[in-house]
Amino acid sequence: MKTLMLGNEAVARGLYEAGCCFVSSYPGTPSTEITECAAKYEELYAEWAPNEKVAMEAALGASLSGRRSFCGMKHVGLNVAADPLFTISYTGVNAGLLIGVADDAGMHSSQNEQDSRHYARAAKLPMLEPSDSAEALAFTKLAYDLSEKFDTAVLIKMCTRVSHSQSVVEPGERTLPEQKKYEKNPAKYIMMPANAKKRHPEVEARTEALREWAETAEINRIEPGKDPSFGIITSSTCYQYVKEAFGDTYPVLKLGMIWPMPEQKIRDFAATVEKLVVVEELDSFIEAHCRSLGLSVSGKELFTNIGELSQNLVAEKLGGTVQPGVSLEETIPARPPVMCAGCPHRSIFYVLKKLKLTVLGDIGCYTLGAVAPLGAIDTTICMGASVSGLHGFVKAGDEENAGRTVAVIGDSTFIHSGVTGLINIAYNESNATVIILDNSITGMTGHQQNPTTGYNLKGDPCTKIDLESLCHAVGIKRVRVVDPYDMDACQAVIREELAADEPSVIISRRPCALLKYVKHPGPICVDTEKCKGCKACMNIGCPAISMEDGKAKIDTTLCVGCGVCRQLCKFGALDGSKTL
Amino acid sequence: METKNIMIVGVGGQGTLLASKLLGRLLLGRGYDVKVSEVHGMSQRGGSVVTYVRWGDRVYSPIIDKGQADCILSFELLEAARYTEFLKPGGRIIVNSQQINPMPVVAGAAAYPEKLEEKLKALGIDVDALDALSLAEEAGSSRAVNLVLMGRLAKYFDFTKEEWQDAIGRSVPPKFLEMNKKAFELGWSA
Repeated sequence: MKTLMLGNEAVARGLYEAGCCFVSSYPGTPSTEITECAAKYEELYAEWAPNEKVAMEAALGASLSGRRSFCGMKHVGLNVAADPLFTISYTGVNAGLLIGVADDAGMHSSQNEQDSRHYARAAKLPMLEPSDSAEALAFTKLAYDLSEKFDTAVLIKMCTRVSHSQSVVEPGERTLPEQKKYEKNPAKYIMMPANAKKRHPEVEARTEALREWAETAEINRIEPGKDPSFGIITSSTCYQYVKEAFGDTYPVLKLGMIWPMPEQKIRDFAATVEKLVVVEELDSFIEAHCRSLGLSVSGKELFTNIGELSQNLVAEKLGGTVQPGVSLEETIPARPPVMCAGCPHRSIFYVLKKLKLTVLGDIGCYTLGAVAPLGAIDTTICMGASVSGLHGFVKAGDEENAGRTVAVIGDSTFIHSGVTGLINIAYNESNATVIILDNSITGMTGHQQNPTTGYNLKGDPCTKIDLESLCHAVGIKRVRVVDPYDMDACQAVIREELAADEPSVIISRRPCALLKYVKHPGPICVDTEKCKGCKACMNIGCPAISMEDGKAKIDTTLCVGCGVCRQLCKFGALDGSKTL
Repeated sequence: METKNIMIVGVGGQGTLLASKLLGRLLLGRGYDVKVSEVHGMSQRGGSVVTYVRWGDRVYSPIIDKGQADCILSFELLEAARYTEFLKPGGRIIVNSQQINPMPVVAGAAAYPEKLEEKLKALGIDVDALDALSLAEEAGSSRAVNLVLMGRLAKYFDFTKEEWQDAIGRSVPPKFLEMNKKAFELGWSA
């Protein structure tokens, strides 16, 4: 029966239908729902791993054990997992192994817009690129067949517009292949130099065999067009933009597998058109390869390598018509995302700003601590970089650095890759102060469990990593726990730990205000008699607080009664609270 | 049939996704090709959110580009103004007249534009404005704004009220069903 599915949901369906038995991933927009949806199938084991490298290695282990497996991540997660990726290419697989990676052109929720297709070429692995949900399902199933036929891991490359668009799919039944037997094979699985030297030629031969396969594969198809003045090579969501803009006007070579590329098919297609154009998002990948084949081709001189493309952009650059929209001459104020009312991160950032500290930040909701009026973060690079960066900053900086610099990192990010930085701090003895913002959930990506929450992906209770013990165990003697809602206490503890002459960790612990089990006291009332309109309460950037007629006003639909603003009011105007 | 395009815009947390999900399902049930596109992540934290719903004989792009929307359903007035250039000339805007100040306005760094409804009408846009917040409160909760607006949107489709109510019944928790149905009803008859 036809149904609407997100691209990510369709990948999960493909995993189910293909008899995948093991899924291990780390959440990251726009890839997260693949694993969340996979977890809904009881026949599948699915888990959140501490990070993408662990997830990929676990998936390889499952493959070696003889079961079809999967790991999913966002584009930057593939950097974390790049180490196993390049060598898994050499070992190949036992049962099929799929690696899902979702790019974020336009950086809707990312720190860069790297193009993951380069990894396919660099690691010498095949990469399939679906353009809608039906293809996401079909390509996932096909990828397992390729994986086992060619003895290779296969990359499934998604992007925001394919991952987060619902389109029509027709789900099928699950077929569970028999478990393959694991057989010892040192020459294939022990990648020490003598063995790896023999595997490398196999990898090159495999790429050639896959290229041969790609020449006749149905997923690389030529769609005839009426007008051969342009011939367009495209893939992924760009295929949809091309078809939207031009229908069947121009011939199109739609690539479903973008590595390795069907070189003869591309040459043959080029020979039938007057001008060859590549429409692809981000970097010149298909275009660069066409050039390496000696073909005359246009691409990036027409289409930007920055941000997303669209049907209008494609139409405009290739001489189509674009209907202008309705234009309103008005300055529209931006509506940036903000920390939620009651967010336990807010008060910590207020204190850090008040103390005029240098704050090395990390990846998560708390990156919003960089935004006005809090503006309390100095850097955001990648997962874990706050803790490891702090070590270098303190070690190499002048003496005062240690006393005025902290790292802030969330609970999930700390486990992902912050703890290794903390080990470096302990081992190499920098006088660093790390603040773990423990909101007991992976927040930014939409509330995923992690090793510190005590629950697994399926929501069942499981082993809970104790952060205090972990920090002690790696060699940090000073570990303090504070409630971020108590700003005086936070300030005192941060001061003490900055003054201490050894490394310390401060755990700022309070669960995310949006978690269902969190009970709130209810909205705060403004005593307009006492309010002097000093706007001190406005300095925390709470979306529930505004000024009206010179007095503070609280939006009772947003306010949860965290009481942080109350601590800022010298006039006791925010003392009242009531339950709606 | 030519592809039809509706943009659903609002503020993160207002429940815009439910409207696009229900509409997508109903349209699929009529045999159309349908695409519904949304952006997750950062935009949910009280930021500006946009969802695209497209249907027709064959829908290619998942997104709606400038000048292509037949209709914008806006959960908040400023957001209607933000996406106006996506509207086709002669298009319609269904808008909740509620104003939610974005952080730059709250912080006093920017001003909320005045008389937006009039300015939109002056551009020849068919503006259908309603106070969905008051109607939602009347139904029992300010959180039911999305159902009120869905009720209003439903007036422009030829699905029966029963079809909508049935779709709502399959999507909202039983605990809130009566309140949501009432909110839909208020939007429908407003």
